[in-house]
Amino acid sequence: MSRLFGHKEHLVRMAGLFAAGILVFLLARALFVPKGFGTYGHYRAGALADNRAYPVKFAGRDACVECHTDVPDALKAGKHARIRCEACHGPLAAHAQDPTKAKGVKPDPKVLCVKCHLANVAKPQGFPQIDPKEHLGPNCGECHDPHVPGQEPQKKG
Amino acid sequence: MNEALAAAVQGFMYPNEMELQWSILIVLYPYITGLVAGAFILASLERVFKVQAVKPTYRLALLTALAFLIVAPLPLQLHLGHPERSFEMYLTPHTSSAMAMFGFVYLWYLMAVLVLEIWLDYRKEIVLKARSSTGPMKAVYKVLSLGVDDISEEALRLDDKVGYALTVIGIPSAFLLHGYVGFIFGSIKANPWWSTPMMPIVFLFSAIVSGIALVLLMYMAVSVLKGQEIDMPCVDTIARYLLYAFIIDFTLEGVDLLHRIYEADESFASLDFMVHTKLFVSQILLQIIFGGLIPIGLLALTQMVSLSEKARKGIYVLAGTATLMGIFAMRWNVVIGGQLFSKSFLGYTTYKLDFATREGLLPAIVLLLLPFAILWGLVKLLPPWHDETAEKAV
Ligand code: HEC
Ligand code: HEC
Ligand code: HEC
Ligand code: HEC
Repeated sequence: MSRLFGHKEHLVRMAGLFAAGILVFLLARALFVPKGFGTYGHYRAGALADNRAYPVKFAGRDACVECHTDVPDALKAGKHARIRCEACHGPLAAHAQDPTKAKGVKPDPKVLCVKCHLANVAKPQGFPQIDPKEHLGPNCGECHDPHVPGQEPQKKG
Repeated sequence: MNEALAAAVQGFMYPNEMELQWSILIVLYPYITGLVAGAFILASLERVFKVQAVKPTYRLALLTALAFLIVAPLPLQLHLGHPERSFEMYLTPHTSSAMAMFGFVYLWYLMAVLVLEIWLDYRKEIVLKARSSTGPMKAVYKVLSLGVDDISEEALRLDDKVGYALTVIGIPSAFLLHGYVGFIFGSIKANPWWSTPMMPIVFLFSAIVSGIALVLLMYMAVSVLKGQEIDMPCVDTIARYLLYAFIIDFTLEGVDLLHRIYEADESFASLDFMVHTKLFVSQILLQIIFGGLIPIGLLALTQMVSLSEKARKGIYVLAGTATLMGIFAMRWNVVIGGQLFSKSFLGYTTYKLDFATREGLLPAIVLLLLPFAILWGLVKLLPPWHDETAEKAV
């Protein structure tokens, strides 16, 4: 046996194999772990900038009421007063920016209302809930003014 | 609300509790890792505690452990999807996540313990095979021998020493491996069915039980397949250890149960109801009676009265099979049972097991058979029995 490590040769080679494995692992880490990972937490620091770069989709109630001055007064009269406009209307930042370019969206009450009011035992008991099969009809907007749900919708033709 | 889901619910269930997220695949994961840990611990008995009688099963146990360990992460990956992402667990270790750190426990056990130990134990045969075989297999054994064909007394003595040290490290590692699986469940504090410090210990002992039972059955099956005599002192000894381990396991689970019953905390009425209804078959019948009391009784019988060889063999097969089923039922009751009741303790849902879907019964069966296919390959490559023809070639 004229090997460098005598009878330990095979063990040394196996150790070398493990060392090589660890080296490959370290290389893979250097290669695959994104830059900035772990700077602030268990995530890529650059993800913050990426998220910040997304266009803002919601304008917020304050923006809406600047132009639609009449709606908040109507809302105040009913139980939907504390619900934000865009909770029902969806994100409308583009519209608030420039109403001529992006139109405001009128949600369809048939779809919208049950999202919140569908009866479910998991909801607080005091919350008004209906089972659409038993309630008075599918066209909620016919009998409820979306902004003042306790009232019938005014006018409209 | 999904009508089908609603139909599966009894009483009050929070919306996010109606559908079970952890399927039968998650049942397989602790079951398979348990078999690994148990098989390894049986192998270590021979090596560290010098129980000569179980020697014929030593290598078979190691290969069985390896075959099952290779399959252990597959149910998780099938459940989660995106298996390529599991690699990120190593690239960006998340030290505060018990599940993420399991990757390291797994890797340590696979590479530093099992693969090394098997390699050292088989090195002599690998070298002999590299010398005697021809064609592509020669190259395979050459690579496995790392190009060193030193099987001198001295080299082999060294292997034995290092192998012994590895086994000594391997035992706590095997305990860690499966204790850890129990820890993952036991540390989920939001779930009263899981959250108990007993969980790692109970998982560990049930793992030992299932692993021993598996090796016992495997050894008997392999002997029959090879047309060899079953070494009765060997299976008698294994069966005795199975009985001891089982008594400890059963007692621990009993203590846990007793503790829950006496403590009777706010979750008790609900869990108790569940055990008597939805889990009755899998917990009371399959786990406790058919998978616990009966195999323990059968094994105890072989210790108390002297039975014929044939009767003992029959009893071992029966008890081993019942044990494997009982431990599977235990994993099922933990994983599935833990998701059947509401955190409000006012309702229960149902687990619907699909068949040929990604998380259905079919992939589960395939995943349970896969280790046997791998084992078959391993046995072809590294025969666990001493090969006389190769021995003569020396
Ligand atoms: C810069 C002023 C401005 C802002 C800010 C604004 N809107 Fe408008 N909105 C308008 C104008 C102008 C119209 C068109 C009126 C018309 O056609 O009668 C309109 C129309 C609408 C319509 C009706 C669309 C239709 O089809 O009839 C809705 C709904 C609406 N806006 C919702 C909102 C919401 C919600 C916000 C807050 C995110 C908002 N708007 C912010 C100016 C504004
Ligand atoms: C509970 C849900 C809800 C909330 C909250 C809500 N809206 Fe509406 N809004 C509707 C629905 C539904 C319609 C469509 C009515 C229809 O089709 O007749 C509508 C219609 C409108 C219209 C069209 C003109 C009209 O009156 O028909 C404007 C403008 C409007 N909303 C602005 C607002 C603004 C501004 C706010 C916040 C201050 C707001 N809405 C809050 C549900 C809501
Ligand atoms: C974003 C969730 C949401 C949506 C969408 C929504 N509501 Fe409501 N609704 C509420 C809340 C919150 C209340 C107030 C509950 C309270 O204060 O008890 C309420 C109250 C009501 C009430 C009781 C009014 C009263 O005076 O007692 C009615 C009726 C009603 N909503 C109808 C509707 C109709 C019709 C629609 C569809 C146009 C609708 N809601 C859409 C959240 C919603
Ligand atoms: C034909 C008229 C009519 C239609 C259509 C209608 N409602 Fe109503 N709704 C009423 C009346 C009237 C009441 C008040 C009396 C009551 O409580 O039943 C009411 C009450 C409610 C309440 C309050 C229940 C409570 O327990 O306080 C909710 C919420 C509601 N409606 C939602 C809806 C939704 C959502 C729809 C559409 C799917 C709808 N309604 C369609 C007439 C109607």
